[in-house]
Amino acid sequence: MSFGPFLLLAVMESLVTAATLALTAVGLSLVFGTMRVVNVAHGEFFMLGAVLAWFVTVSVGGPEWVGFVAALALAPLGVAAVATLADRVVLKRLNYEPEATIVATIGLLYILQQAALTFYGPEARPVEPPFNFRIQFPWFGYSGYKLFVIFAAVAVLLAVWWGLTRSKAGLIMRATQVDRDTARAFGINVDRVYAGVFALGAALAAIAAVLIVPIQQAHYLMGGEPLLLAFITVIVGGLGSLRGTVIAALVIGLSDGLIAFFYSPTLAKILATLLVALVLVFRPQGLFGAKA
Amino acid sequence: MKAKDTKIWIAHLAVLAALGVLLAVLPAYHATNLARILTLAVFATGYNLAFGYTGLLSLGHALFFAAGVYGAALPVTYWGLSPLPAIALGCLAGGGLATLVGLLALRTAGVSFMIVTLMFAQAGYLTLLYFGQITGGDEGLVMPDATALIPGLSPDTARAVIAFTLFAIALLVSLIVIRSRLGRVMVAMRENEERSRMLGYNPFTVKLSALVLSGLFAGAAGAGYALLFGYAGASFATIQYSILPMLYVLMGGAGTTLGPLLGTAAMFYLVDGAARITTATLLVVGVALVLLILFAPKGILGTLRERGARWIP
Repeated sequence: MSFGPFLLLAVMESLVTAATLALTAVGLSLVFGTMRVVNVAHGEFFMLGAVLAWFVTVSVGGPEWVGFVAALALAPLGVAAVATLADRVVLKRLNYEPEATIVATIGLLYILQQAALTFYGPEARPVEPPFNFRIQFPWFGYSGYKLFVIFAAVAVLLAVWWGLTRSKAGLIMRATQVDRDTARAFGINVDRVYAGVFALGAALAAIAAVLIVPIQQAHYLMGGEPLLLAFITVIVGGLGSLRGTVIAALVIGLSDGLIAFFYSPTLAKILATLLVALVLVFRPQGLFGAKA
Repeated sequence: MKAKDTKIWIAHLAVLAALGVLLAVLPAYHATNLARILTLAVFATGYNLAFGYTGLLSLGHALFFAAGVYGAALPVTYWGLSPLPAIALGCLAGGGLATLVGLLALRTAGVSFMIVTLMFAQAGYLTLLYFGQITGGDEGLVMPDATALIPGLSPDTARAVIAFTLFAIALLVSLIVIRSRLGRVMVAMRENEERSRMLGYNPFTVKLSALVLSGLFAGAAGAGYALLFGYAGASFATIQYSILPMLYVLMGGAGTTLGPLLGTAAMFYLVDGAARITTATLLVVGVALVLLILFAPKGILGTLRERGARWIP
């Protein structure tokens, strides 16, 4: 295969990464933007989504697409329920103190990981894709499902963007983000907003996981990498800025994928983590964020 | 004031003496466990200087620990350096990396500081994997057997002696530091950085000193851990080894000199005990973190100090 098609293949593979990364990172960014909570357990919500997707597809049976659609509906709901519980039982009691919540979500990370290990086991298990067709390019065949992942992620992101900017719930959320106390003075139930945002953020990670699980397998340790990449994306994009996050997810997904494709995945990650550290040190508002 | 000083010194020396006696009389298995606890407690004591006294919540101390591990392990493996200078080298490697990281990371504070240190540590871990040919990567390197630690002593004795010496030095240095001028300014930075700045102290240099000290401790602990227990691996640079000292310090009491030791021992036996009943040891760590931060953010000694034993340093 000559260089041109090879590059095309690399770009398409990276776009899949970028799409799921954008979903995961937007979830993390919403939570940080509204609640000022750095959710270290975000990757575990991703993992939980994948594991639940496996459970759902196995127990539903029937044709593959039925199980998949059921997983796409149920897994995010389940994860959102876990997140709401965590918010009520732990985060709320800490009064959303930034440093305390980080420690608490680290604890949550271990609890969720252990729960997955105990109830799901150490094996990596595949989920069947809802459909199988290959798109035949002149140089290589490409899985149609991967294209579907990209489109689905874009659709979900558009829905989130619409909800945030056009709906009443979005307005209330943005009001809480700008000024929690004033929002409360105007009769907004801030506790409920926080619980909702935390659940929404977790659900977005879970959707990304359900989409990716037919390509990767579900495993109890799979949360580490999306967490790291989502962190990188959110920071480079500017903490709490949605548009920045999406742009950064594209840039990072593509560059990570391309460097990993042509050089080495480890080198790509080293460069990305160092980039984040330096961005935070020298440009804390993020590469795309406005000057604070 | 003088009487209080005497009391504090006697208390610390008594703890050290008790540890020495325990190491001498315990059967080999338990003595080895205690040596492990003491080495990890050196790490926690160092972490406490940054987190407990100066208020620097770092998520990157695994990097300094791993710097100690490899700072000692590489020269021993490839050049046949003897163990004692290797520990000194590991200590310096931890301090050196802490200086580098501090120079950059201390330009940020709070949550950003946590993430920057986390990212540096992650980059360090990945670098260890990248050079897996030399470092052994995830599989790690097996060190030469511990008989060669101190010529003339049995491995168990040598291990106990080195672990005890490392911890004794760490505890006494930490006690001296926090009772010195620097220690009081460190606490001032934790309590109110702006006011300390107004009084003419430079927050950057104070915090950097605390972080470098902390890195020296972490490096010494890492070097000791690698040599005493005969293994060096990239896994020592994973986030888990940044979380552990934080957990130990939170458990024992942040900002108390003996808290790190107490927390390390408590967590060690908690996980050890849990491992006997169930395989769910991660759960113990997770639940401990959540419960501590919810109900006892001051830890064991911190709570005691609040309830009346005001003299605990």
